[in-house]
Amino acid sequence: MTAILLELAQVLLVAFLAPLFAGLLRALRSILQNRRPAGCWQSYRDLYRLFHKESLQAEGTSWLFRFAPYGIFGAFCLAAGIIPILATGLPLAPAADVIALVGLFALARVFQVLAAMDTGTPFATLGAHREMLIAGLAEPALLATLFTASLLSRSTSLSVIVAHLEQLHFALHPSMVFAAAAFFMVLLAENARIPVDNPATHLELTMIHEAMLLEYSGRHLALMEWGAQIKLVLYVAIGIALFLPWGIVPTAEIAVLPLTLPILLLKFAAAALILALVETLLAKLRLFRAPEFMATAFLLGVIGLLGFFMLGA
Amino acid sequence: MTSCLPLDLATGALLLWLGLGLLGFLLGGWPALACRLVFPLSSVVALLLTIAGFTALTATPDDLQLRGPLPALPWSFQIDPLSGFFLILLGLLAFAVALFATGYFRSLPGPDLRRLLLQYHSFLLGMGLVLLAANAFTFLVAWEIMALASYFLVVTEHKEAGSRHAGFLYLLIAHLGALAILLGFVILAGATIAQGGPFSAMLHAPVNPFWASAAFLLTFFGFSAKAGLLPLHVWLPDAHPAAPAPVSALMSGAMLQMAFYGMLRVDFLFLGRLALWWGPFVLVVGLTTALFAVLFAAVQTDMKRLLAYSSMENMGLIMVAFGLALIFRAHGLDALAALALAAALYHALNHAFFKGLLFLGSGSVLHGAGSVAMDRLGGLIRQMPQTAFFMLLGTLAIAGLPPLNGFVSEWLLLQAFLLSPALPQSTLSAVLPLAAAGVVLAVALAAYAMVKFYGIAFLGQSHGTRHVHEAGRWEQSAMALLSLACIFLGLFPGVLLNLLHPVLLEMLGQGFAIQQGLWLTPVSAQRASYSPVIFFFGMATALGLGFLLIWSLFGRPLRRVQVWACGFPVRTPTMQDSPLGFVQPLLRIFAPLYQAERQADDVGRWRVRIGEPVYRGIYQPLNRIVLWLSAQVLRLQQGRITLYLLYSFLTLLILLAIWR
Amino acid sequence: MTISAQGLAWGIPLLRLLAALLLLLAFAMLAQRRLLTLIHLLAWQGVVLATGTALVALLTGQTELWFSAALTLGLKAILIPTVLHRLLRRLQVRGDVEAVLNIPLTLLAGIALVIFAFSLAAPITALTGIVTRGMVGIALAAVLLAFLMMITRRKAISQVVGFLAIDNGLFFAATSATLGMPMIVELGVALDALIGFVILGVFFFQIRETFDSMDLQNLEHIREE
Repeated sequence: MTAILLELAQVLLVAFLAPLFAGLLRALRSILQNRRPAGCWQSYRDLYRLFHKESLQAEGTSWLFRFAPYGIFGAFCLAAGIIPILATGLPLAPAADVIALVGLFALARVFQVLAAMDTGTPFATLGAHREMLIAGLAEPALLATLFTASLLSRSTSLSVIVAHLEQLHFALHPSMVFAAAAFFMVLLAENARIPVDNPATHLELTMIHEAMLLEYSGRHLALMEWGAQIKLVLYVAIGIALFLPWGIVPTAEIAVLPLTLPILLLKFAAAALILALVETLLAKLRLFRAPEFMATAFLLGVIGLLGFFMLGA
Repeated sequence: MTSCLPLDLATGALLLWLGLGLLGFLLGGWPALACRLVFPLSSVVALLLTIAGFTALTATPDDLQLRGPLPALPWSFQIDPLSGFFLILLGLLAFAVALFATGYFRSLPGPDLRRLLLQYHSFLLGMGLVLLAANAFTFLVAWEIMALASYFLVVTEHKEAGSRHAGFLYLLIAHLGALAILLGFVILAGATIAQGGPFSAMLHAPVNPFWASAAFLLTFFGFSAKAGLLPLHVWLPDAHPAAPAPVSALMSGAMLQMAFYGMLRVDFLFLGRLALWWGPFVLVVGLTTALFAVLFAAVQTDMKRLLAYSSMENMGLIMVAFGLALIFRAHGLDALAALALAAALYHALNHAFFKGLLFLGSGSVLHGAGSVAMDRLGGLIRQMPQTAFFMLLGTLAIAGLPPLNGFVSEWLLLQAFLLSPALPQSTLSAVLPLAAAGVVLAVALAAYAMVKFYGIAFLGQSHGTRHVHEAGRWEQSAMALLSLACIFLGLFPGVLLNLLHPVLLEMLGQGFAIQQGLWLTPVSAQRASYSPVIFFFGMATALGLGFLLIWSLFGRPLRRVQVWACGFPVRTPTMQDSPLGFVQPLLRIFAPLYQAERQADDVGRWRVRIGEPVYRGIYQPLNRIVLWLSAQVLRLQQGRITLYLLYSFLTLLILLAIWR
Repeated sequence: MTISAQGLAWGIPLLRLLAALLLLLAFAMLAQRRLLTLIHLLAWQGVVLATGTALVALLTGQTELWFSAALTLGLKAILIPTVLHRLLRRLQVRGDVEAVLNIPLTLLAGIALVIFAFSLAAPITALTGIVTRGMVGIALAAVLLAFLMMITRRKAISQVVGFLAIDNGLFFAATSATLGMPMIVELGVALDALIGFVILGVFFFQIRETFDSMDLQNLEHIREE
């Protein structure tokens, strides 16, 4: 029973703290760029306003257009229940391992892309095919990093990986260091961050993710935005689970959660800081430099994998 | 007595198919009747075949000898779990396709229909016989029936030059392949082949390593000509789209798998001892094929051609899994080989269903919208909502997305790859995860290609088709059935894996852990688990709750507005991505591979032509060499009688000199 | 050469990390278009080498290795890069390094080389029981990658960088993989590298005086026709 409650708590926590994470990231970025931040809570205000606005449906769009925001949101909520964020061994955790999680993210992406193509506008289709390209190139890199972790812990279940890595006393696994770097690059690409995409842009020719949302408004747009925020948090959570798992407790030892929760929150805050730094220091790449970016991520993943086999760690 | 039931049932079903073909030929004068009568009956027969397949999984292997046309060459048939599995595949697909064909061919004129009915059923018969054949003679005859029948089906539109060319190329490569298979069998069976010796004579045939490798290479070459593997694939993208949609569905879904069936039988059952290099070889061929095919699938502008390339890609993936199974088997890791082989067989069945569905759907599009050229389609989801829905399921399944079936086999394959550290050879175990990354790349790009397939044809605005009508009821029910099959295989993988158990047992002497309930745990729950049902319900719950919550809190009716065309006052369909525009990044990144030629046409539009590098690089030079040789031979022919007399005279002298 | 249990626990993983970093830097050089960054990467490789040597010195307690580490740091991480840097400015070589192959392809070839090196080193690693045995493969891979870099480049300076990177790979194999080598050998190697470097430096000026460019493509013209 406690396990199910914990499961629910985790999903709700992720869903309702995701805008905070996005807001924190934006605020940190503003500070780093010598601008006055709008405050951490701005994302909530944005979502609130969007939810209360009227939703428009573009002429000539089908049910896919209306279904996509809910589908994407549902997919990410499910993922929030599977990834060990607060605790390992949650009841939903065995339902999908890392490979299935990647599949789940791909499902959400395909719905987003199809919804964009449904509108039949030039920029939406532009964004759609760019998204598919980036994702297509990012996925092998992502899998290479996940494989490193799975080989090390002989499991593809995130829960088991976390449990295994926590047991090892702190040691530097070179393969994991490279996998972490590769994962970080994939995280940037998959979540439409600089240098692959610019989340703040509204310049049509350069945008990828935003281009697909052009026709959305009101509650649908709110769901899409919220979904994207949850997705970012989930990616960070996967990163934490794979590379810095200390502090995620087994479900059976739930009593220590109040102690570890601050550590977890701190890790997320640190992730926000790193992301803000990267987005401040790097410039957006041209679209056709993105394959090179992905190739580098893949290379890092591969060095990680080879490192695992060559060095045995 | 009960044990011989499956074989009787299967041969009976095949005879019935033959009878139906002849009946259809006779009824050609009444096309409406023939179509309404023969195809539904044919689907019933397909069900019989499926039942035979299911019973064969558990029954003891069984064989049957019939006297053949030549006294020394008996027809002999057998059924075992392996052929049972492929009979299920063939039967289920043929069932749905026949239903579809009932509606699809209803307006075909009599003479065409009677030919088609005969050829269609001979094709099914050929495939069934391939699966039941128990000696090399029967196998090769069945193989030829299958090849010839499908050749005639490919050239159904024989008035078009392209169709004839496709048929010719197909026939040529098919025969090259058949020849190689024959030679392979000769090596394996030696003298017994001429006496119609049964396959059992080849079981673990004691051939030395060199000849074993030769037999492996020859049969692999022969079967890969049918499976469309690199570089013998050139016929495939031409032949599959040329045939009518139901036939394309059968060719892609079932006929390609016959090649896989042949490889399985020869490599695992006849060549008991596997050389170490066969597995990596097959894996590399498969991976190259998959990557090549997916890149070319993405840039096609014709729906059926895109699907044909995608079939090639899927065959490539099956070969990767098969190669992995060979590797594990060669190192004596049978349990791991079972996992890889299960992935391959699972994918074969999946492919039959989703590719069948997609080909049938594109047939509906052809009938409903009058074209399968993607640059003339668009927005079909509004005029053909049912077809569009089924096609969406097929697209998601083939793109390898959970919780549909394509994902399950991909997942199993990746799990098998992750077990590579168990291999004793460290280099191989380090390289295999990289091959897995290649598989992931192929699957991700396949998603790109399939999203394009669906998005361009069914979404957005129409590029020029008018008067579109929805598919008929027969067609819809067939597509619905195949969609259901995709969903079922996606949600309940454990059921099929348990069914596969006897097949794996026969091939490797080892199955893998029986799956329990809704969980899929190929090795152990600790190692990896996936539960599509829970996955699906979790997502559906989150989706439903989210929808209800948001609707009750913020629900207001939607207002329909004009699309915002970024400030342009008008919005035309040409402002959307064209089929090639959608893959422009790929065209640019892989430019050396595509060798695209761009030229402007009269109205100032860019026309992009994409060559087939293999055809250009291998076949055309070969062609030139053959032509050159022929030209040399032509010199001998001067047309003077005396010269020909001289040739005869010289031949005579030489012969005399030899015989002396 | 005994290592304490405590050293095994944290020292060896760190050494492995350094090995992996060396490989990463080799790859980075392969992918790098700009000459200046290339030199920086070389310097970083020197730093990694010096750290590795120092680490081995700490672990095994061989005092002369400290000296060797200092020498490496001074020579490979500071002196040579600085000189190269100044050369670059003196010669006023501008612009990007041209890659003969495109970069993703080069990287793929690099991965293949690493696998090849790994398979070559596998028998060696099977023979020895030293904890650092996996590093032979990595050092070999670094050498091969540097070689590949020399092949794919045209500018003379990148050739020199490649040469020095080869030396780095060998050096790493000598110190970290076998846990130290005799001082005299090491001095010899260092001297060799330095002499090679000086010769190439002289060579640069000759090339430039003759062709007014540092592009080695020009050398293709001086064969016998």
